[in-house]
Amino acid sequence: MSNKVLETKGLSKYFYDPIKFQVLKEISMSVNHGEFVSIVGKSGCGKSTLLYLLSTMDTEYEGELFIHEELITGKSDKELAVIRNEKIGFVFQFHYLLSEYNVLKNVMLPGMKLGKLSDAEIEHNAMEHLKTLDMEDQALKMPNQLSGGQKQRVAIARALINNPLIIMGDEPTGNLDKKNSDMVFDIFNQLTKEHNQTLLIVTHDHDFANRTNRIVTMEDGKII
Amino acid sequence: MNFRLILNIAVHLLRARLKQTVVAAVGVTFGIAMFITLVSFMNGMNDLLDGLMLNRTPHVRLYNEIKPSEEQPISLSEKYKNNTNFISSIKPKDRGKAIYNSQVIIKNLKADSRVIDVAPKITEPVFFNSGTIEISGVINGVDVAAEENLFQLSDYIVEGKISDLKQNNSIIIGKGLADKMLLIPGDIIKITSAKGNLASLKIVGISQVGIADIDDKTSYTSLNTAQKLMGESTNYVTDIQVKLFDITTAPALAKEFKTKFDLDTIDYQTTNSQFETGSTIRSIISYAVGIVLLIVAGFGIYNILNMMIFEKMDSIAILKATGFSGSDVKWIFISLSLIIGITGGVFGLFFGYIFSSIIDALPFNTASLPTVKTYPINYNPIFYVIGISFALLTTAVAGLFPALKASKVDPVEIIRGK
Repeated sequence: MSNKVLETKGLSKYFYDPIKFQVLKEISMSVNHGEFVSIVGKSGCGKSTLLYLLSTMDTEYEGELFIHEELITGKSDKELAVIRNEKIGFVFQFHYLLSEYNVLKNVMLPGMKLGKLSDAEIEHNAMEHLKTLDMEDQALKMPNQLSGGQKQRVAIARALINNPLIIMGDEPTGNLDKKNSDMVFDIFNQLTKEHNQTLLIVTHDHDFANRTNRIVTMEDGKII
Repeated sequence: MNFRLILNIAVHLLRARLKQTVVAAVGVTFGIAMFITLVSFMNGMNDLLDGLMLNRTPHVRLYNEIKPSEEQPISLSEKYKNNTNFISSIKPKDRGKAIYNSQVIIKNLKADSRVIDVAPKITEPVFFNSGTIEISGVINGVDVAAEENLFQLSDYIVEGKISDLKQNNSIIIGKGLADKMLLIPGDIIKITSAKGNLASLKIVGISQVGIADIDDKTSYTSLNTAQKLMGESTNYVTDIQVKLFDITTAPALAKEFKTKFDLDTIDYQTTNSQFETGSTIRSIISYAVGIVLLIVAGFGIYNILNMMIFEKMDSIAILKATGFSGSDVKWIFISLSLIIGITGGVFGLFFGYIFSSIIDALPFNTASLPTVKTYPINYNPIFYVIGISFALLTTAVAGLFPALKASKVDPVEIIRGK
């Protein structure tokens, strides 16, 4: 088994509205296990578009995408949902916590969807993750009772619940102040160092990017 | 697919929008309750009216009709066989109203597996004498037990008991007749038969069918008394009334009996065609109103789910991002809709029953329906089954379109839009 968690071969993506426009041009890249990679670039260079292709949520592209050496391109909506559930954790700029559930349930939800462990085990794991993020005393609060930084930490715990192969982030610190951004970075850093967690983060925060293992810079739909 | 989780998410989404959910469910409740009440009431009414006329009518009646012979002597003649004959001034043949060999026919019919029971009857025009006045009327000589069994005669006896007819020389007269002649049970009434026989009978009861034409003319007595009054033997019967297990076979059986026993027959459908039409139309109206109410409730659910989907776009996006497939999301919204449908429907059945019971308890007194004291309600469980099935069907359809829309939400669009 090779060390590659994620690999792309000649990924191209077009936008058709209002005119045909090539956003991504023949992108070939790979991410190895345990790497902390950041993708930077100017606004509109296609970095978020690339992330959504890699995340399997966007399926309209040319080229091939491999996760763990397995060809993902052309799989059905259901198969992709299972892959996202099991192998990918997401952290977005916005927290996207379900306001109907408390913090603990929000974290548990992807685990319950996976259904490999009993509810009690998932709850235990969720509490462990919340503990490492220093959030265990907020577990029974509703999301609207938390601050922005706390919500983002809950979102990270949710991304971790199924022990994913890779965590993808789209501007995870975009909405946060310096202090909270640093805290999120420290969490990510700790995850790579202590748990050998693979991370792929899109950001335009250069301070953040400069501290990661590898920086992928994009311009006009290409990696430079 | 993990239905427990999907249901759990659906319930949480509903709880967050409790007020709208309750409004949607109340719509269904109202629709179902009205449907149940209407259909129960309409069917109760139908049963009542059916009972008034239809249950009093035999499914097949065998009798001798007064009519001319179909075979006139000239048609037997060889000489005029190939000619067209015109015969004027034919008179009906007097075969008598009595059914020949009635005992054997009754025995034969009773043995038939399609027949519930048979009631012989004598119908004769008579005069009721009150002082110097003669009032024309009809006397029905009935086999008390069989008549009660088949036509529930006692439902229409307002004074006295039907079993009292078993005494010799007793009679039950119509309410109209009793009022006209100022007679009460215990009085003696004088009767002249068409052939001039005179008899004095003791009144043991008063009957009221609710149709003035009948109540002003009709009286009941036992088969024996009627035979004695006519001066006929104990074989004398003018009508044989048959009740069948399957009423729809009446026209076919009427034809069969006609050839088998060489008698005139008439079936239930021919006698009461106009009643059937009325019942059918009333049923159609009540079903139509109920279904329209449910469809309106369905639109309410559709609207509320659509709004909920717009509000919950973010949640749908993150569910999809974290591994819920399009069909999971679809099922979440279909469950939402079905939860509304089931709760609303069950309450609807409950309230439908309550409303029906209230109507059932309301006093309803009318001169034409003496035995009916309250509005009639039919509590047939099939209405409740139809009601809940239709509630589920409408809510499922109403939920399906928003659910399909939710399943097609593209999470990338939502997440990138932020």
